[in-house]
Amino acid sequence: MNISSRRVDKATILDVSGNIDMSNSPEVRKALLREIRDKAVTRVALNLTAVEYIDSSGVASLVEGLKASRESGSRFVLFGLSDSAREVLKISRLLKLFEIYDDETQAIAP
Amino acid sequence: MEMLGFSAEHSREIIRAVDEAVSNIMRHSYQGRLDQPIEVYCNRLQRRANGETEQGIEILLFDCGPAVDTTKLPARPLDEIRPGGLGLHIIRGSMDTVQYKRAGRLNRLRLVKYARSSKGGCGSAAEKPS
Repeated sequence: MNISSRRVDKATILDVSGNIDMSNSPEVRKALLREIRDKAVTRVALNLTAVEYIDSSGVASLVEGLKASRESGSRFVLFGLSDSAREVLKISRLLKLFEIYDDETQAIAP
Repeated sequence: MEMLGFSAEHSREIIRAVDEAVSNIMRHSYQGRLDQPIEVYCNRLQRRANGETEQGIEILLFDCGPAVDTTKLPARPLDEIRPGGLGLHIIRGSMDTVQYKRAGRLNRLRLVKYARSSKGGCGSAAEKPS
């Protein structure tokens, strides 16, 4: 799994590629909390276009990002979910809790 | 799994359930040790339900960890936003049958799913290995 960040206007986009599982989900958590909590970015968008699979530990990292954004008053959004990623959020009954967009343009729109 | 008639979505559910089960064994039964054995067996199942023959799959996972106290399994409510404890929900939500049993000195987890099943509506059908 690889994760990198870039700024687009006032948002930070985190581009992730590869599967998110118990071997690397702490990296996703760390990257999310660095942007949301440490840098206090007002909008963080997680690009999951190149992520095929997310396991429960990956979902837990996303939940931590969501919690941190709610605590800091920022927005944490997801975009580019695969069918599998959408299904695991649905089965965890978390799908409606996240702000989810189809693509980057929608995710960072004012 | 396609040859048993599973859709792509149901195939992903089975893969996800097995992945979460193996992760749970590594994390909880073996306390994070990565050099311990996990045995996985797959069997084809067949049953008659509603006048039709349904194909299914049975997956058995064995590990040598201590007995699981099923009363302490983390089936936390999902109406609170906090990480952790999701693996078991994912397994239960993905499969038709999830059974844990202590078999001698082994833990046995049995997962079953039928190709044309809809969850909650298959309790009365008799299943048999093919």
